This record gives sequence, structure tokens and C-alpha cells, in this order.
Amino acid sequence: METKNKSVLDSRVPQGSLEDKWENHKFSMNLVNPNNKRKFDVIVVGTGLAGASAAASLGELGYKVKAFTFHDSPRRAHSIAAQGGINAAKNYKNDGDSVYRLFYDTIKGGDYRSREANVHRLAEVSTNIIDQATAQGVPFAREYGGLLDNRSFGGAQVSRTFYARGQTGQQLLLGAYSAMMRQVAAGSVELHTRAELLDVVTKDGQACGIVTRDLLSGEVIPHSAHAVVLATGGYGNVYFLSTNAMMSNVTAAWRAHRRGAFFANPCYTQIHPTCIPASDDFQSKLTLMSESLRNDGRIWVPEAFDDSRPAHEIPENERDYYLENRYPAFGNLVPRDVASRNAKNVVDQGHGVGPLKNGVYLDFSAAVERDGQDAISAKYGNLFDMYESITGENPYEVPMRIYPAIHYTMGGVWVDYNLMTTIPGLYAIGEANFSDHGANRLGASALMQGLADGYFVLPYTIGDGLADQLGNPAVSTDDPVFTNAVSAIEDETAKWLSINGTRSVDYFHRELGRLVWDHIGMSRNKEGLEKAVSEIGALKEEFYSDVRVLGSADTLNLSLEKAGRVSDFFELAELMANDALKREESCGGHFREEHQTPEGEAQRDDDNFAHVAAWEWNGKDSLQTRHVEKLDFENVTLTQRSYK
Amino acid sequence: MSEIITVNLKIWRQEGPEKSGYFENYTQKITTEASFLEMIDLLNEDLNNQGLEPISIESDCREGICGTCGVMINGQAHGPRKATTTCQLHMREFSDGDEIVIEPFRAISFPVIRDLVVDRSPFDQIIESGGYISVNTGAASDANLIPVPKEAADQAFDAAACIGCGACVAACPNSAAQLFTSAKLAHMASLPQGQPERWKRTEMMVGTMEEFFGSCTNHGECHEACPKEINLDFIAFMNRDYMKAKVKNRALSGQR
Repeated sequence: METKNKSVLDSRVPQGSLEDKWENHKFSMNLVNPNNKRKFDVIVVGTGLAGASAAASLGELGYKVKAFTFHDSPRRAHSIAAQGGINAAKNYKNDGDSVYRLFYDTIKGGDYRSREANVHRLAEVSTNIIDQATAQGVPFAREYGGLLDNRSFGGAQVSRTFYARGQTGQQLLLGAYSAMMRQVAAGSVELHTRAELLDVVTKDGQACGIVTRDLLSGEVIPHSAHAVVLATGGYGNVYFLSTNAMMSNVTAAWRAHRRGAFFANPCYTQIHPTCIPASDDFQSKLTLMSESLRNDGRIWVPEAFDDSRPAHEIPENERDYYLENRYPAFGNLVPRDVASRNAKNVVDQGHGVGPLKNGVYLDFSAAVERDGQDAISAKYGNLFDMYESITGENPYEVPMRIYPAIHYTMGGVWVDYNLMTTIPGLYAIGEANFSDHGANRLGASALMQGLADGYFVLPYTIGDGLADQLGNPAVSTDDPVFTNAVSAIEDETAKWLSINGTRSVDYFHRELGRLVWDHIGMSRNKEGLEKAVSEIGALKEEFYSDVRVLGSADTLNLSLEKAGRVSDFFELAELMANDALKREESCGGHFREEHQTPEGEAQRDDDNFAHVAAWEWNGKDSLQTRHVEKLDFENVTLTQRSYK
Repeated sequence: MSEIITVNLKIWRQEGPEKSGYFENYTQKITTEASFLEMIDLLNEDLNNQGLEPISIESDCREGICGTCGVMINGQAHGPRKATTTCQLHMREFSDGDEIVIEPFRAISFPVIRDLVVDRSPFDQIIESGGYISVNTGAASDANLIPVPKEAADQAFDAAACIGCGACVAACPNSAAQLFTSAKLAHMASLPQGQPERWKRTEMMVGTMEEFFGSCTNHGECHEACPKEINLDFIAFMNRDYMKAKVKNRALSGQR
């Protein structure tokens, strides 16, 4: 693997002062006249927040949109599970928030590894999202005067988070879904459900369509268009156990990568500190408990090693409130990555609690004593109920057990300021791209970015690329670029069914996840990463020769679907390890043990690593090329985080 | 505390929409810590290892919010625990030696695709026929320009909490979709933003609903099965609005 210093990556960040860039850019971009928009076919893959909002907005503009989801309904996308809220620089609380402050917090929170211009644009359009969603009927929480309520979230010093109880993602997604269904009714969006993208098709270097597999009939179908938009989410399920939905995967992004779209910063993954620990070896996924719980819960572990006494029998002086002790100023409210790493440390040292000794306590007894059970129940009742229904334990009586889990991936397909990938005509939006969160995402910013991209950025920028294509018909699906892609996918499907090995797809996924979690998880080191590279490679070979996929290709076949996804996870995992190896610094969610401050905090190396690493696919058996996009900071000063 | 139990499963197998189905018996050992779907995962792993095709069953978020999962468990949509989706059901609800009958959601409008997977796309068609507020991207005014009474916003949320799983239809002796449809209508009709299209929306969505689903005879089984406990009152709300709509939507309604 070689690193190229001379960048081939053009971020196309517009000229002008930070505040004017987006405005200038909107003016200087090419427009497509309203009557010409209907001459353009646009494919949108994925119908979560980013995809549904993009499909709806593009349909309203008059483009001919084809929207694809592999779910039975567009409303199932995993955006629906986001709990906490969505940030916007409305400053309704009069507490000093502003576009600039949201920009600054996002850049700093991302540990100075994102593009200033993109992040500022995100903060600018954040306010429009709230207006749009409210007009669609999204039932945000309100105050008694009838105006929208806000809360402070994830350690932010201003209250800028809008929310709909603990189901903000659901309500925003239903808003975007309904807007898209309106366009389906209007005939401007053609909806394809249970259709999984298995290849991106290019002709003369330009994206011209996709190949999907109908998950019910197994038919492999080509679709052509003038532009293709990937809104297919993140890759957290490479860890097997994560808070992602069971079907979330990297396949669309990865297949685009194999066709020439660079993949940026794969090692930037976010761990959420407050999830319910696994309860057995065949746990299928992890459940997130809202971070807001840390406002009132105290985190502790027994001081003694391997202490099996129930929590209430451990006297106060034999408990280690490790966050309060190490970080007196922030205590239990330290950022996600710090809370997570400390939990891992105490559990690794043998202080873990619970039947599998794999958690730490989050104890509400002091809060209940102080505020009364009613007050705590009013704040967290639904979360306590959820915890009880999963664990069978009542958190009013015994402390919750929590442990970190993978929750979000900041890395993704590299895009320029127009959200276009390195393949002209191919765009990536939402969690699928790498663009706005740097090395660490702030709480309540994922929903914001998905909707910003879909409602307010892509609908403008896509026109700039399409304007040049006026008069060109979409490539025919009879063209060899399509027919070859279709037969390659049919061969791949047949291959999975013919291996007939001894172990299930899930077995390999679980084993892969274990390797990735152990070596490319919360903290990483050179030795572990090198080990990961070789062990993932070996397991991958075993997967290709020993997986057993039963059934046929022409019916619903869930194992067959999953085989392709897991195979892409294998390749991604190798790249994650290599990316983490090359990034000889710690930043945000990427913690290299060799690079820490004397206090044990992440130590960045701004001289050598204030850049995006974007990887280029060179074929199945070749190493990938690491390209660099230098990040220039003209508006903020780079500082070292400290939470002591 | 967790224990290991053995359950006797009777699971509906059906190779495809046109094939006839049958019950197959399985025995599964499982810890009571496991979720119901993890028990099926384990069974599927065993089947795969024996060279037998795994059971098709859908689920996605496994947090009770996406609405993908849902089967009849001993005749109840989503199983015995109230206000709980199939994915949130845990094996501690069952005892050693229990027989568990697992079938797909039963409704003519939800045809079986394979084993426990059904087609619920008519729900999307109901939404498509009017389950939205027509506002183009960019056309919205400031969010605080229209105050909404907190009570109205709360009621809108209660209705909007529907996850579209289809348990209401599966539980209904008539396979009616009144609870689903009325929840979306009540969500939008509770808000000022939903008023301009209220009557048209009601007529259109009810009309589409009736193309696919049976009629409501107020059994209330839908509410009992609903994992989000959507209120039965919304059905009355919808019926009232539907009557009003029939008057208000007439082109000549401006004339007395």
C-alpha cells in the first residue's frame, strides 16, 4: 500500500469567506431549467432520512426519480431508531447559540478532522430542517405556550436540540417518508421495495445506473439514470454486535468503492457508552439507552476484582466511581469516547459487573433519593421500562448495567463539496458519506446531517452535474456495461449457493465482528491491527470456502442476501485495519494507544494527519492506494481537548 | 435469574406465495435471557448446520420501532406480552416445556411471501393516497410561526407513534386496518398544519383502506395487540371526520 502525497482529490470548496461560500456556490452553479428537469432520471438508493428527503425534494423539483429500498417499506430504514433529537441553530432559547457556534462545536467535536466549509453549510441549513419538518406535521415536543421546546444534549452548552419524546428519528423519518409518498402519488418518484443494490454501473467513467436484485423473485435487474445517489447508511454492523439494525450493511457503498469511488476514513467509528451489555454468546444486537441517562446516573464498578456480590451489598467505600474520580469537572458527563474507553479499561482490568462481567453500573439510587422516584420516572420512565423489558431487572431497585457499543460510523464514501463521489454522477449522502463529522460525531447531529444533505444540499448540487448532460439520453440497459454487470451478479449469487460448506453466514459474521471489535474497536494499537489484518484475511478465505448457503436464488432467501453483505464486510474490515494502522495519531473515535497524552487522552498529530485519508480500490488482490485530502483550517484554532 | 428451558415449537412453513403451507415441529433449548428472535436465530443456525433451509422471518431494528418484525405467537399478534413487539419479547415469558405456535400475520390483504414473512404493502398505498401534508421542500415558514397547543401536539404524537407493523390487522377478526389508518389521520388532523387537506385526506385514505381491508366492528382487538397502544378513540375520530368529509368535500358545498 502506498501513500500518494500529491492529491488527486478536489474538494471543490468554493471561494469566499466561510459565511459566503454556500451562498456564492448556489449562485455560481449551473441550473437545470424546470422543463428540462423531467428529462433527467435520478436513482436514489436507500429511503432513510437522507434518501427519502432527497427523493421527495428531487421529485418536487421535477426530476424523474427512482427510489430503491431493500426493506418491505421505505419507512423501515434505520433512521427510525434514533432516539435523542436533532440539532439546529435556531437560538429559540436565547442562550447564545448561532450558526457559527454550531459550526464551531461540530468542528471541535469532530477533533478537527472535517472540512470547515461543509460543516458551516450544515449549520446554516440546520434551521431550515426544523421549519420543513414542522410544516410536514412532525410532532416535535412543545412548551405550554405552543412553541417548540429544546433541550441540551450530549454535553452541549446551549439548548439546541429539538426532539419528539424519545422517538425523534421515527417522527422525522415518517415526515420524509410521507413527503416521498406524496411524490410517488404524483408520479414523480417510482418506488422499488425489496430491491437490493448489488452493483453501480459506470460508462466512460461516469455513473449511469445500478444493478439490483429483487429479494422476492431473485431477478437481477439493471436500472439506468443520469445520476445515482447513495443514501445507504453506515457500516457499524461490521462489528456484528452494534446498535445498528440487523440488515444495515455496507454493500451499496462498498460496491461503489469497487467501481472507483474512494472510501474515506474507514477507521472513524463511534462507540456509544450507554448500551445494554450482551447477555449471552448468541446475542444478536445491542440496544442503546439514551445518553441523557448520564445526567442523573452515577457510573461505578466494585473496587475488588471479580466481585460477585449484588450491587446493594457492596458498601460505598468499596465502589470506584471512576469517571467522577478521574474527571472531577465533567464527571459522568465526559464525551462519549472518553466514557467508553474508561468503561473498557475497568472491565478489562476485571472490575466488570453482571453475569458475564461485561458491564459497569449506572446507578440512579442517589438521584431517586434526591428527587424522588416520580421525578426520575418523568424523565426516564420509557427508558427504564425498555431496560426492564430487555434485562428483566428493575432499574429503580438495582443499578442498570451498561457497556459501550458501536453506534455510528463517521467514515464513508468520499465526497466533494457537491456531495459527489470520485465517480462523476455518483453522489453519497447521509451516514453513507464521510463528510461532516470528522473523527467523532456530536449527539443529535446524525439526523441533522441526513436531512440537510437530502432536503437542502443535494437537490441544488445535483443540478450542477446534470446541466452538462442535457440532451444525452440515459445509457440503455442493453448496453454491455449493464449486461456484463447483471451476469456478474448472477454468477456471484450462484457462487454462494454452490460453496456448500459447513458453517452459516452468521457464524462468519460473528467471528469477523469479534476480530474487528477486539482490534479495531475502542482502542487500537499497531500489534493488534497487524494481527487483525492477517486474521481477517484468513477468516475471509475460510468464509469463501466453507460457508453454507442453502435454498435457491429465485425465492426469498435471507441467508443468500446476507452472504453478499458479509463478504463486503470482510473487505471493509481489512481496509479499516489498514486505515487505522496508517493513521499514527489518536483523534475522536480513533484511539491509538501509542498516541496519548500523559493524562491518557487522545493525542492528535496535526502536522502530519490533519487530512482525510481516502482509499482507492485497485482490484481484489491488490492493496488499496491511500490518497490524502489536506484539511485547511482558516477559521478555527486547533486545540487539545481536556476534560479534567 | 436466567435458566435454560426447552420449548416445543410449531412453526408455519410455506415455500412461496402459491405453495401450500404446513406446520413443522421443532424443539429448542434456550436461556430465558434470550429474546424470542434470538431463539429463532439459534434454531435457524441449527437447521443450517443440518443442511435444512432456515425459517424465513423478518426483523430489523430489534428495538421495537421499525415495525418489520411481527408474527402470531400462540394466536396473538406479537405474542403474550402487552405493548411489546415480537423483537422485544423475551424467553423469560415462557416456561420449560411450553408449546409455542408461530404463524405469519393472518389477513387476506397480507399474503404470505414465505414461511413467516408477509406482504404489508397495502399500508404504503394507504399513506400514498393522502397520508402527508403537501409542503414542498423550502416552502416552509419559521417553525414557531404557528403555535400548536401542547395538548394537540401531544395527541398528534400519540397517534404518530404507530410503527406500521400490521399487528392491528392481524389481530382483527375482520382484518380491518382502521387503527392504522385512523392513527395517521388523527396525527395530521390534530395539527394546524394538517387542516387544509384534512377532509380530502380522510376521504382518500379511508377509500384506499376499504379497497384492501375488512370493516371495523369495534372489537378492540387491534388496540390490545398494538405494540404502541394506539388509542381506539382515533377510530371514532376518523369515522366522525369521514362523515364530515362527505359533506365538506362536495364541490358545491359552498352553496347551502
